[in-house]
Amino acid sequence: MRDVSLDIAAGELVALLGPSGSGKTTLLRVIAGLNAPHRGAVYFDALNATSLSVQERRVGFVFQNYALFKHMTVADNVAYGLKARPRASRPSKPQIAERVAELLDLVQLGGLGQRYPAQLSGGQRQRVALARALAIEPRALLLDEPFGALDARVRKDLRRWLREIHKRTGLTTVFVTHDQDEAMELADRVVVLNQGRIEQVGSPDQLYDQPASPFVLSFVGEAVALPVTVTEGRVALAGRELQVDTHGLRNGRARVFFRPADIAIAGSGPVALQGKVEALRRTPSGVRATISIDGSDQLLEIDQELAGASEIGAKVPLSVSHARLYAYGDGDSNYADAGEGI
Amino acid sequence: MSDLASVTATKPQLNAASGGREPPRRKAVRGETAFFKLSDVRSERPTTRLALILVTILFLALFLLSPFVIVFIEAFSKGFGVFVESIAEPDAVAAIKLTLLVAAIAVPANLVFGLAAAWSIAKFSFPGKSLLITLIDLPFSVSPVVAGLVYVLLFGAQGLFGSWLSKHDVQIVFAVPGIVLATIFVTFPFIAREVIPLMQDQGTVEEEAALTLGASGLRTFFTVTLPNIKWALLYGVLLCNARAMGEFGAVSVVSGHIRGLTNTMPLQVEILYNEYNSVAAFALAALLASLALVTLGLKTLLEWRYGDALKRSHGH
Repeated sequence: MRDVSLDIAAGELVALLGPSGSGKTTLLRVIAGLNAPHRGAVYFDALNATSLSVQERRVGFVFQNYALFKHMTVADNVAYGLKARPRASRPSKPQIAERVAELLDLVQLGGLGQRYPAQLSGGQRQRVALARALAIEPRALLLDEPFGALDARVRKDLRRWLREIHKRTGLTTVFVTHDQDEAMELADRVVVLNQGRIEQVGSPDQLYDQPASPFVLSFVGEAVALPVTVTEGRVALAGRELQVDTHGLRNGRARVFFRPADIAIAGSGPVALQGKVEALRRTPSGVRATISIDGSDQLLEIDQELAGASEIGAKVPLSVSHARLYAYGDGDSNYADAGEGI
Repeated sequence: MSDLASVTATKPQLNAASGGREPPRRKAVRGETAFFKLSDVRSERPTTRLALILVTILFLALFLLSPFVIVFIEAFSKGFGVFVESIAEPDAVAAIKLTLLVAAIAVPANLVFGLAAAWSIAKFSFPGKSLLITLIDLPFSVSPVVAGLVYVLLFGAQGLFGSWLSKHDVQIVFAVPGIVLATIFVTFPFIAREVIPLMQDQGTVEEEAALTLGASGLRTFFTVTLPNIKWALLYGVLLCNARAMGEFGAVSVVSGHIRGLTNTMPLQVEILYNEYNSVAAFALAALLASLALVTLGLKTLLEWRYGDALKRSHGH
């Protein structure tokens, strides 16, 4: 991880989003104290936590595969953090039992306290892990791919439910995910990570509407990239000129990015492209056309009504209402400031 | 003839007529018709099965069970009184005591070493880790006699540390410390080998969870790590103990065979046998075999009593 600097406000719900290997889990583990950074510091409010041990940091951590203690009952799992406290601050046995019951009710597992983790479903285990983390009254709640191992239906329910728990407890919550829908749906703010760097921090709206880099643009939502050349402020795709603001981009290779949703069928426009229908495919809502763009090997998928093309091989004129130009770089980190088209 | 017959449709009908002995009806193999039966590799013919089972039983009876029975028959061949007398003989009692003492030192020592080795191998990565894993297996591959000789070369009168030891009046070879060392060497892999794969399999995530919940390292070990490996550990201890009591080769080299002092039970058995005192030899051998039986029985009992917990700690 390099030059990662991140402020999380109290009570915020933040997602760390990125492809695998982007450093999102590492960042989470550094916050928890499970990994030590070579350089840099971790602060909880004014408290410098860098030198604090995992135990002293008192953060609730929910592991990817829950890491429940499988030889203990659900109730013992939840009570673990309370029983581990030093004698002076340890609650009495009845107090612990009461707190455990409260927490199990909170995660809707009341009455399952005497079960073993192996006797629970994936979603239930997830909730036990959460109750266990909440039991220590943590400074913050950290979740590593909280819904990764669950099937789609359970995942949807748990998302809504996590949002509710967050509202009720008011805990600062950070979760790691590689699923952009999950990040966008749940989080107040999303941190997009790539190759150990933060690409952008922002609300879901900001990420969609003002992506800071080609990586964010293509990782958050669909994007089409076309290779172009820039010469003296003019942008050309296979000999056709595109009216895209170059924002002082130097001569050479560059890429134009746009979202499929910004494409319309039109004969002219500032960014006009020539396409050809390659395939037609039936979908529940209609027919989708796969369209290749002249001058690139990129394929587009557009609904047929929009494309207006009825047969394979037909030529279609396309117009892009919203395109962004970025200098060409293999690593998407090496980009110029976004120059925005019309 | 039978090969030809199995391709025709008549064979299955014949089998069905003979009835009863057929294995449960199998699903038809792909491409199979009533006239063209494909062979199914998953189930052997009843005769093959019977033959395999018989070979196993015969082999067990001949090479394992019969020697065991003969040991007890010989031990009691002159009556129960002679058996008791042989066991109560002072040299025999000394050998029994020494064997138990050696096991009582070697097993806990290997418990600690084995746990430490398993912990370091399973939970951290460091240079030379694969070398360490290989080293742990060394006692399995080295002949126990060689192991014993190494200790003589190191600690014997003419050995590397011999003069220093004799100057400080420390006796290792031909004394109890040497026997304990040799036994520890030979039985080292048993516990480590049982625990390492399990610990590697389980990883560190539960320990990490305990730490984030505020548990100290020691508490984490006793409440999370240990319960997760207790069954493997117990297996290892039982196996280690059985071997520690029965070890002959390495102990024979370092013991010096001093009656009543440095003879363990296996050594005493050999001496008695060489002196044509076969009843006494077999009496002691029977006792040694009984200790092994107790170990086995204990293991079975634990498996039966805690079978559920055992399954739970493996499944998830």
